[in-house]
Amino acid sequence: MAKRLALLDKERCVGCQSCMFACARRPGVGGLASTSIWVRSAGGIRKGFVVIVCRACPDPPCSRVCPTDALPLRPGGGVRLKSELCIGCRNCAEACPYGAVLWDGEQNKPEICIHCGYCVSYCPYDVLSMEEIASDRMAEGASVGGGTHARQ
Amino acid sequence: MLDNDPLARVLYVDLTRRSFSIKTRPELFEAGLGGTGVGIRLLEEECAPGTDPYAPGNPIVLAVGPLTGLYPLASKTVAMFKSPHTGNLGESHAGGRSAIAIRMAGYGAIVIRGASSSPVYLAMDGSQVHFRDASALWGTHNAYTVGTVLRERESGAGVRSIMRIGRAGEMGVSYASVISETYRHFGRLGLGAVFGSKKLKGLVIGGHRSLPVADRRAYRKVYDVLFKAATQSPVMKKYHELGTAMNILPMNAMGALPTRNLQERSFEGAEAICGETLAEQYLGRRVACAHCQVACVHLAAVRYPYPKEPYFYKTSMIGYDHEPIFAIGSLLGGTDVKGMFQLIDEAEIQGVDVMSMGVTLAWATEAFERGLISTNETDGLELKWGNYPAYLEAAGRIVSQPNDFYRAIARGAEHAAALYGGADFALTFGGNEMPGYHTGPGCHLGYLTGARHSHLDSAGYSLDQKAGAKGEALTPEGVATGLVEEERWRQVLTSLVICLFARGMYAPDVVLQALATAGFEWSADDLTRFGAEVLHRKYAFKQREGFDLSALRIPGRILETPTPLGKIDEEFMRQSIQAYSRAV
Repeated sequence: MAKRLALLDKERCVGCQSCMFACARRPGVGGLASTSIWVRSAGGIRKGFVVIVCRACPDPPCSRVCPTDALPLRPGGGVRLKSELCIGCRNCAEACPYGAVLWDGEQNKPEICIHCGYCVSYCPYDVLSMEEIASDRMAEGASVGGGTHARQ
Repeated sequence: MLDNDPLARVLYVDLTRRSFSIKTRPELFEAGLGGTGVGIRLLEEECAPGTDPYAPGNPIVLAVGPLTGLYPLASKTVAMFKSPHTGNLGESHAGGRSAIAIRMAGYGAIVIRGASSSPVYLAMDGSQVHFRDASALWGTHNAYTVGTVLRERESGAGVRSIMRIGRAGEMGVSYASVISETYRHFGRLGLGAVFGSKKLKGLVIGGHRSLPVADRRAYRKVYDVLFKAATQSPVMKKYHELGTAMNILPMNAMGALPTRNLQERSFEGAEAICGETLAEQYLGRRVACAHCQVACVHLAAVRYPYPKEPYFYKTSMIGYDHEPIFAIGSLLGGTDVKGMFQLIDEAEIQGVDVMSMGVTLAWATEAFERGLISTNETDGLELKWGNYPAYLEAAGRIVSQPNDFYRAIARGAEHAAALYGGADFALTFGGNEMPGYHTGPGCHLGYLTGARHSHLDSAGYSLDQKAGAKGEALTPEGVATGLVEEERWRQVLTSLVICLFARGMYAPDVVLQALATAGFEWSADDLTRFGAEVLHRKYAFKQREGFDLSALRIPGRILETPTPLGKIDEEFMRQSIQAYSRAV
């Protein structure tokens, strides 16, 4: 069964950004150029933090606006990046209302969350977890996607 | 170091000419690593002998290190400058987002030279420096507001840091701070006044990039060792749960908590201001610096009613730690917790070092009590123990400086005591106000001899406590050796800008493994030699600028009030200082 990254409780987030560094470190590099999760203050640290994660939409707008079909649907929700097709137009980043399509400026490509859960194991405060995607939603996702997604 | 590591880039900003340049200097970082080691080298290059700290010739150096952005808790920025407060070496460390932001912008160090003719703030990324007009921000009453304005006005991707000064920095208060992301500071030794003297209101810096490592697999492995230590090790637990405020009760119980200007050493109100009580009644949020899983920053949610309007409240989020609680709480004899929080918040609003302000107000309160000053000097304020409404008003006047007395205390306790008397109870060490430990001779020797005159230089309180626990007597040579060894090792840690709270998890072998993945093939001997060399350089700078260990003033008060190890003997102190002088 497919899993997705879930935000359990953003109020527990202390803003350590450990998740961001984990995501970027997964291929074995330092820094933050390629991370698909982001934590920022909610208008000053006094007010706590905003945690931006891909919610694995069943009908993702990022995919619909891609002019080159570089973001095919992932079973259960969300998308995959076909890097060789991507032309770096940024339509996908603009289409996501959560701002969860982050941008790798060094590659000029979107950073697409693959819901691998690597960040979860580096969150010390149980802000993040992995959850199974309900099977009815999987069916919904499949029917909406249906292999050839509509473009607007 | 690795060829493609952007650490080697040094950004030079000239405020006088409004120009900038970027130089790639790998040899600087190969020799000095970063942080303190690179900072002192740049200070040697940039700061001419005898520079007036308030003059354009006083440089501001900011440096991060090779482990920043790679490993957890390598999260500090080291600032080097000539201190307006002591007139000597200025070194101050801040966390927040500052170090990650500088590293992600693609710099290892930033040097700010000259002075602007009109108020300015800097907006910086990896390739540009914008000089933005700050004349409308100059004079803003509240430093929080400046942070909000800069955050909203400056866009920019990536991790950003917003550093700014308050009114205290503009007005040249010698212990003015630079605030980073609210609640974190270059607090000590007056960097804020150096910003102010340059008409530099603040700076925004940030970026978003990858960093190379020598060995991908080894990198992830070493990371996991450090991550586990940061999140599970007992050595990190206290910072994690109650925060540094958990020190209040043990210090008080052993009779080492300076109270009412160290007239006493335990505080009847300790229970009200201890970490346990504050967590239970006020803790509203815990916050971390960027890339630190520990989250030691504790914020109290304090609700204040508006006195004349029913059902109207404001809730302030106020950062607390052991040091502000000591300096604003026990040292001023206050048990009104909300009053204490309000004064801590006022330090944030005005942009002053809360420790120096508290210790200076404690001197003023005792001077008032003894009749050295009266309401003539204070212009009507009754500076009495625990009188927070009067202290709040005094804090505002330290910044606005309406008369000679407030101009004097805006330069700290030692300066004020030279004018009004009461030097014996002015609790300053090398010109800098004391931290919140009166554990024995070791802590005070650490404040006196440490290159920053901080408890964090060499942790003398730890020598006292170990001797107390073992029932062993300290010797002058023993203390001096202990302090020098600790201070040397800490030069390694602060050159790697590792937070000193993480000193327990960054043992030498782990440091070497981490350095190797960043392309620095060093040995344990290299680290030892390096630590000694950096301390030597800092001392050489201090001596060049007139510092003399044998001329250090030992405040009489620390000899009068007993410590858990008994009364401190002045002769012991002098002998220890001589021994330190030989060892360093």
